[in-house]
Amino acid sequence: MRISLRIALAASAALLTLGVAQAQEKTLRIGTEGAYPPFNNLTADGQLVGFDIDIAKALCDEMKVKCTFVAQDWDGIIPALQAGKFDAIVASMSITPERMEKVDFSHKYYNTPSALAVPKDSTLKGVTKEDLAGKTIGVATTTTHFNYASKTYTDSTVKGYPSSPEEQADLANGRLDAIEDDIVVLQQFLDSPDGACCKILGQPSPQPVEIFGPGAGIAVRKGETDLVNKLNSAIDAIRANGKYKEINDKYFKFDVYGAES
Amino acid sequence: MPAQSIWTLLSWGPEGWLDDIAYGALITIALALATLPIGLTIGFFIALAKQSEEPSLRLAANIYTTVFRGLPELVTLFLFFFGMPILLQHLVRYFRPDTTIDVNSFVAGMIVLALIFSSYASEVFLSAFRAIPKGQYEGGYAIGLSNWLTMRKVIVPQLLRIAFPGLENCWLSLLKDTSLVSVVGLAETLRNASIAARVTKHAFLFFGVASLVFLGLAVLSSFATSAILRSLGRREAQR
Amino acid sequence: MSAAATMVERPPPRARGWPRRRIAGYALVCLWILFGIGIVSYLVLAWNPEFFAKYAPAYLSGLGVTLALVSISMVLGAILSVPVAYGRMSKNRILSGLAYCYVYFFRGTPLLVQTYLVYYGLGSFRVELQSVGLWDFFKDAFNCGVFAFALNTAAYQAEILRGAIESVPRGQWEGAASLGLHKLQTLRKIILPQALIVALRPYGNELILMVKASAIVAIITVYDLMGNAKLAFANSFDIQAYIWVALVYLVMVEILRHGVEWIERRITVHLKR
Repeated sequence: MRISLRIALAASAALLTLGVAQAQEKTLRIGTEGAYPPFNNLTADGQLVGFDIDIAKALCDEMKVKCTFVAQDWDGIIPALQAGKFDAIVASMSITPERMEKVDFSHKYYNTPSALAVPKDSTLKGVTKEDLAGKTIGVATTTTHFNYASKTYTDSTVKGYPSSPEEQADLANGRLDAIEDDIVVLQQFLDSPDGACCKILGQPSPQPVEIFGPGAGIAVRKGETDLVNKLNSAIDAIRANGKYKEINDKYFKFDVYGAES
Repeated sequence: MPAQSIWTLLSWGPEGWLDDIAYGALITIALALATLPIGLTIGFFIALAKQSEEPSLRLAANIYTTVFRGLPELVTLFLFFFGMPILLQHLVRYFRPDTTIDVNSFVAGMIVLALIFSSYASEVFLSAFRAIPKGQYEGGYAIGLSNWLTMRKVIVPQLLRIAFPGLENCWLSLLKDTSLVSVVGLAETLRNASIAARVTKHAFLFFGVASLVFLGLAVLSSFATSAILRSLGRREAQR
Repeated sequence: MSAAATMVERPPPRARGWPRRRIAGYALVCLWILFGIGIVSYLVLAWNPEFFAKYAPAYLSGLGVTLALVSISMVLGAILSVPVAYGRMSKNRILSGLAYCYVYFFRGTPLLVQTYLVYYGLGSFRVELQSVGLWDFFKDAFNCGVFAFALNTAAYQAEILRGAIESVPRGQWEGAASLGLHKLQTLRKIILPQALIVALRPYGNELILMVKASAIVAIITVYDLMGNAKLAFANSFDIQAYIWVALVYLVMVEILRHGVEWIERRITVHLKR
């Protein structure tokens, strides 16, 4: 028995050392989703690309730290940050009061409105609760869009999807009457061959700031004020030195930063 | 991108997704193989405990199998994946306040699959134990072997042969259960296939490929197990 | 093997004092008790009336969805398993080959992959499905779940059925034939009653496996028990969302397990000596 006990102990020790990896301060690990084009997406060779990624790289250059990227599903992205799988989330995460209970945010690095898309032959006229009564709306879960849709469209069926591409596919194949998402993400979809089916219906108005927040920020674990300050000054710096505009123009025809805060 | 032909999508290299799925298949195999010895060991000890004369050991082992056979695999996985880091963090913070704990999805998957695999394997071991006559133990003791040696030299070889078909089933379930770890972000076969499906919108194609990969692994394992069975049989015949 | 089972076993003398295995046993039981206390005290500490008021009704409706999904797919699977089992036992090469492939595919690939294949995969064949009038069915995520689950369980149930029928000795068929019963009558009156006793436990296990497996429909936007737990966790980041759902599943599975054992005891009374 004794040998087997020793083997068991050795095995469990090995497991623990495998499982427990301490955070290294030298490199900043950045979590992102990889399913939210054009902000972040995965390519066939496993690379993360998009606006968020380029912004994060520019910020890292500015802060003079090495950065690595980790792709993580959206519904587990905050728990993963808290668990220390990475140190910051750069994934178009809106700064909301609910999330601020769990994490700290940098200032916004962009702000674009929410919108609804429908099939081109849709008879829907507007985006109010009454317009959409009885319809099925697809939204990615745990997003501001989802919170808005489930609070506003209480007479509709709101279906939660793990990420935006799934909800887009179900809009294209007719499982959904409408989807709600960031207007830039919707536009990217509508410009692709699969999006030929559909059009933008409109933007909900007003878009309450207590749901949508002032824009997308970078989330870090609670209490890491140092990192937040560094990120904030880096955001200001790339705004000032033209780097932000360069990245912005690479992806968009307009300024996604929104109103100066 | 959906304008690309199916053959480009399935090609090897930066344009295609076949290399990603093949890499995922390797992770699937690695995960299953890494889980197997741990699961077998725990399962064996659970079975030992279950047929022990000590009621408290039996109780502890029964709780173990009730819990891990009763919980859906997905629930166990989520509990472990999201709950464990929080728990460990609270524990470790007492000693070193600044550390963060990273239970990566491979390790989390391995532990959860081992818990599930072992609770099923323990049932197989248990019925194999019951099929071995008491005389085998007594014979072992009679020729002066210790408890441990009797177990290793006399009982375990017979046990493995009797338990083999049952364990083969457990292995096949394990192979399929690895796909569940995709939902917590391990880049195995199914996850890479769903990323491909998401990006290219060719869902049927890529999930079809993923199911072929699993089918292929099942065929491979049946070759492997029949080879093992044959060698077990040959050793039997040599006696 | 049967010799071992019927061998008279002397009750071992009760160990006295504190042998090593008793220490280990007590330690492990204590560990479980601590674990249980930990969970309960966590739930008490984290008790949040708001959380409960918000999500308990959702869990309840989720439970309804789970039960509906499992029972519909079990029944459909049972119906579908009959022709598959017939094919598996058929002497016709093509028929048995087809049935074999069916069973091999559904048992050889993960249910999660099959579910994805049905929900997302068939979603890209909307036009084709619409032209044959099937799209209305596949439009709904719940239906897709039922479809995938029924096909999957049919493969397993076919094997259970086949195993049970083949476990009835050939002599029973021959005896019935000599009494002039034709095949269907023999199957219904002689073979199935015996086979079902053998099949009860595997059927029970399959039912339990289906209840557990049903959690995966949460991933294709069905708000079953697990789906609601996921939603609650996503909104609150509170791990008790999963602890509650784990308890519900555990209770459900235990009830089923004991129920099957109870039925088995009842219908095998005549076999006890």
